[in-house]
Amino acid sequence: MVKFRLPGRTVRGRWAFAYLTLAPVVAIYLYLRIIPISQTFIMSFYEWNLIARRRPFIGLENYAGLMRDQAFITALANTTVIAFGILALSVPSALFVATLLAKPRWLSAVYETAFFLPVVTSMVPATLAWKWILDAKLGPLNQFVGWFGIPPQAWLIKPELAIFSVILLSAWKLLGYNMIIFLVGMRNIPATYYEAAEIDGASPGQRFWFITLPLIRPILLFVSVITVIQSYNVYTQVYVLASDAQGAPGYVVRVLVYDMIENGFRFFRMGYASAEAMILLGIVLVLTAVQFGALRDRR
Amino acid sequence: MMRPAALAGGLSKAPRAMRRRSPWWRLAGEEAILVVGAILMVMPFAWMVSTALKSPAEILQWPPSFIPENPSLANFVFVFENAPFARWLLNSLILAVSSTVAILLTSALAGYVLAKFSFPGRGPLFVVILATAIVPFEVYMIPLYLTSRNLGLINTMPGVILPFVVMSFGIFFVRQNVLASIPDELIEAGRIDGASESWIFLHVVMPLLSGPLSALGIFAFMQAWNQFVWPLLVANSKMLYTAEVGLALFQTGYTVDFGAVSAGSVISVLPILIVFLALRRRIIDGVALSGLKG
Repeated sequence: MVKFRLPGRTVRGRWAFAYLTLAPVVAIYLYLRIIPISQTFIMSFYEWNLIARRRPFIGLENYAGLMRDQAFITALANTTVIAFGILALSVPSALFVATLLAKPRWLSAVYETAFFLPVVTSMVPATLAWKWILDAKLGPLNQFVGWFGIPPQAWLIKPELAIFSVILLSAWKLLGYNMIIFLVGMRNIPATYYEAAEIDGASPGQRFWFITLPLIRPILLFVSVITVIQSYNVYTQVYVLASDAQGAPGYVVRVLVYDMIENGFRFFRMGYASAEAMILLGIVLVLTAVQFGALRDRR
Repeated sequence: MMRPAALAGGLSKAPRAMRRRSPWWRLAGEEAILVVGAILMVMPFAWMVSTALKSPAEILQWPPSFIPENPSLANFVFVFENAPFARWLLNSLILAVSSTVAILLTSALAGYVLAKFSFPGRGPLFVVILATAIVPFEVYMIPLYLTSRNLGLINTMPGVILPFVVMSFGIFFVRQNVLASIPDELIEAGRIDGASESWIFLHVVMPLLSGPLSALGIFAFMQAWNQFVWPLLVANSKMLYTAEVGLALFQTGYTVDFGAVSAGSVISVLPILIVFLALRRRIIDGVALSGLKG
């Protein structure tokens, strides 16, 4: 009979390996994620000013203060409009382009590359490219709308237009990502479904509505939720569009993260800013719960 | 973030065969829509390059010209003379490479151990790692800043890198791949042959994970390169800016000089674009396969 190694030693070796490799990872998680997240929660109940010595516990006063804070209310409203605006613009268009690209085409690779290019571009140069396009005096967008008899618009200065500009450029940047995820889902649908539908005389529109859409619904939900969650964190676009002498849309388009950073790092009201962070987290958790709930309902 | 199971196949799956061809006018219409769409997507880049090559006088011209009359590299020369762009690109590279290496290491180890070892506390640990993935960085940024300040890491390169050494999604992703593609028997065989656990990890497990890890690596690199808020808060001296922060602050100084700022944008976009065009298929497939997103 073959004699195996004593199991005791290997088991101990296994445990040692597991704990030794996980220890640093657990330590990093504690230090860089768990503790900071808990601290945000705790700080939101304190009048925690970076330069003040006394940091008293004030219960829900920070949250109550936010409810009365016009700048915060504006930021929350703007961010919500932007997040759902990006959803409304980028998800249907991504779905449409994915439908067209689901079947092989001669130029498939070129189209995929073109639509995906903004996804890999970093946000600052992408925003700068749009900043010139949107420029009121010299931008080509005003030239373009001029062809339709529309007078030049102050895209980055008028509040509604500035919000629209942020939505437009963010949707442009996200479209390719959403499109690729839809494409994966569509290409996983068995061809036989479409063949059967075609034999029954279904039009392309009917095939999309009755086969593609129901089958990619979980993916549609996933893409929509991450689009909205991501968009609630909008900051870089607004910062870059804002940081100049002329229009300063940072004040026109005040968003949640912008307001939070201003309270935390300009006014040093870090407890107050932490309460804002907790509200952002609350929004994200609700959206995540919506996704989980909707996925479970259909099973 | 929870991903639907329907995404499991990735893009590599062969596109479905079309039995019958659509009428020509439909095909032509579809191609036309795609061509116009593709042009609109690329337009901002084209405009940026065009502006970067124009003279100051031509930039102020109305209506704007699309193709520069006398293209010149003067704006690029100006940018390199007036801002440490090379340094900023190098800083971005240091941040991206450090972050990628650290994320690959922690994800591979933790993902493997969580998939193949059973020990008390494994379930809760995995749940905690997944749960932190839901929390946006902006939520715990302030305490993290205070921690870095206490450690004396503000305005240092390690401080810029600090938050980006782990990625919850990376651990989840490696774990799923280990569960799907590495059978227990393979690891057992190594143990029976007397190999140590670390030898098995390095010589049996790692080679089998090269595909998923390269997808994760590309994603980690791009994610780190794109970081903005944290480097903006932590890097206070000009020589420590990343390309993103440097460019964003550079443009405030030259509001009217579209040419210079466009040239700066082109410079900071170029490295990533070259990498993307070279590894296009891999990157798109990697994103498709993993649904990777920050």
